[in-house]
Amino acid sequence: MEQQVVLSYDGSLEGFLSCVFATYEEKLKVADIFPPEKDLQELFSESREIITDPEKAKRVWSSLRKKTSSAGLRDIKYAFLSETNGIERQLLAMIRYIIAEDAAVDRDFSHPAVLKVAQVAKKVGREKHRMEAFIRFRLTRDAVYFAAIEPDFNVLPLIKTHFKSRYADQKWIIYDLRRNYGLAYDLKEVTFITLDLDPAIGISGAPEAFFHTSEISFQKLWNQYFTSTNIKSRANEKLHVQHLPKRYWKYLTEKNLPEK
Amino acid sequence: MDYERIKEKLSILADAAKYDVSCSSSGSKRKNTTKGLGDSSGMGICHSYTEDGRCVSLLKILLTNHCIFDCAYCVTRKSNDIKRAAFKVQEVVDLTINFYRRNYIEGLFLSSGIFKDADYTMERLIQVAKKLRLEENFNGYIHLKSIPGASDELMREAGLYADRLSVNIEIPTKSGLKLLAPDKKHEDFIKPMEKVKNEIIQYKQESKLIRSTPKYAPAGQSTQMIVGASGESDRDIMYSATFFYKKYNMKRVYYSGYVPVTNDSRLPAMGSQVPLLRENRLYQTDWLLRFYEFDVRELLNEDNLNLDLEVDPKLSWALRNRHLFPVDINRVEKRLLLRVPGIGLKSVNKILHARKFRKLNWEHLKNIGIAMNRAKYFITCDSRDFEVKEPSSEYLKNVILGTSSGKFRKDISSQLSLF
Repeated sequence: MEQQVVLSYDGSLEGFLSCVFATYEEKLKVADIFPPEKDLQELFSESREIITDPEKAKRVWSSLRKKTSSAGLRDIKYAFLSETNGIERQLLAMIRYIIAEDAAVDRDFSHPAVLKVAQVAKKVGREKHRMEAFIRFRLTRDAVYFAAIEPDFNVLPLIKTHFKSRYADQKWIIYDLRRNYGLAYDLKEVTFITLDLDPAIGISGAPEAFFHTSEISFQKLWNQYFTSTNIKSRANEKLHVQHLPKRYWKYLTEKNLPEK
Repeated sequence: MDYERIKEKLSILADAAKYDVSCSSSGSKRKNTTKGLGDSSGMGICHSYTEDGRCVSLLKILLTNHCIFDCAYCVTRKSNDIKRAAFKVQEVVDLTINFYRRNYIEGLFLSSGIFKDADYTMERLIQVAKKLRLEENFNGYIHLKSIPGASDELMREAGLYADRLSVNIEIPTKSGLKLLAPDKKHEDFIKPMEKVKNEIIQYKQESKLIRSTPKYAPAGQSTQMIVGASGESDRDIMYSATFFYKKYNMKRVYYSGYVPVTNDSRLPAMGSQVPLLRENRLYQTDWLLRFYEFDVRELLNEDNLNLDLEVDPKLSWALRNRHLFPVDINRVEKRLLLRVPGIGLKSVNKILHARKFRKLNWEHLKNIGIAMNRAKYFITCDSRDFEVKEPSSEYLKNVILGTSSGKFRKDISSQLSLF
């Protein structure tokens, strides 16, 4: 029987696409592809580390682009950012299917990998949208609007444009605590940054060591608005939590004010 | 800024504005091209949800709850003994900007009680919008209420700064309006609607020739009807809605289950239940009209004055039209595919894409995500197993009800057990 290999790569999209390239170049039978943190403990298969090669990645992407709709390309990118276990295997199967067929098949939802990638991409899209909705900026003492988040998926690259075009006249930082990097806007450009944050800055609240004196007042005003706009006789806890899952409450000013 | 005073006003004037259900912030085309604040060119965003499950997208407040009118259904009516308050124009501007900068909201929805007269009130609303646009360089979403009876000149000006304008018809029948809002005339509602409609048409024509034509209410206009306050039927409501969609190019019609705010013999008593399920069925009908190519007369007519509360309106229609089913999922045209119970818009598109590649079977359909418990009785696919055995519609309805669950089921069964 032909030997199966397990590939490992650096975790970047380019790295993953380099793996895809290798499967063609060396006619590999791939059992799985893993990002760096994973222990490679596949029995009975050989493991290989693939070095990221931007040139090869570009070649895979451009041949994909010829046969894939923009929605299909978006699904591939989004699903990749999910960092879900085993998503590389599904992406590889989808990409190989697209490249093997003459017709455009990236919307063939009866193919298991295409459907899986679309479903994961949908989850990532939802998380992106939730971050655009639930991020709460707090005004710091040095006049930067600051937000800390812990998203399920790596969505910072996806929300960059939205925040840039919306908050063009204020300095802001959105920081992913889980992945320890952030976006910073300086009134001109958005850059990726790494900070050494004091944990006391937190995700909500307005400790005076960090935040502007007016910050707590606006949080209280918002909280008042949130309370007053509710219609008690229509109470619907189930719907409330369905739209606003509890794991997002930590971001929300209206759910985290110590005293009313 | 006197935060305590603002907070008190906010509590009064947000509380009074909350019965206006519209919170949409989508459909505008205002881009942030000037490096100012805000952008409303994309889809709407719900930044939070209240404990009643409604979206919070806009800062929705009244400028004041002083009002010269005495409409029975309204909490702000003249004769109601409540605390009154009024915001200054600058206070609303500051609140909007500071909330927006913190990513709490998509923009402002400003309404008002009518003080002095219609034009005076409308002018104040416009001042807020104008200040936001011209002084604060704000490109977020602004929804202004058109005050019934406001002059054409003011409605023209309002549309230059607002993304959406709306005037709530509130009572779907003229007779109901006469009974519950004796000070208001039907024509007063229609006049600003007509003006806004014409301005939008004119803007669309002119902007084709001259690209710099200033935008006019790019997110269109909407209206709202109260459900269950004046004894109207679902047919009355949906026929009025259809009229407003067609005649005034409404972007949206909203349906608001009446929340009792007063003891008045003309209205449901305090403490009576808000007709949430009925409201839900009306929205489903609205969707069928706007996205599923249904005609209102197919859903509501002389024989069907009210919607079936037990099942959704599409299923209800399908049960009355069994002769059109079952349809073959692999061949049926889109128009009819849209009409299959349990298959929504997204699934329709997925099916249309997927069936180009292979014949779909039950497994495919399940994975695509259609609601099999309803759909399976109305379709065939690439399989020999069918659920189509010609049972009566009544029997089928009971089977479907028995194999599904609904959050309002408790309410209906208690209503039915009366008989």
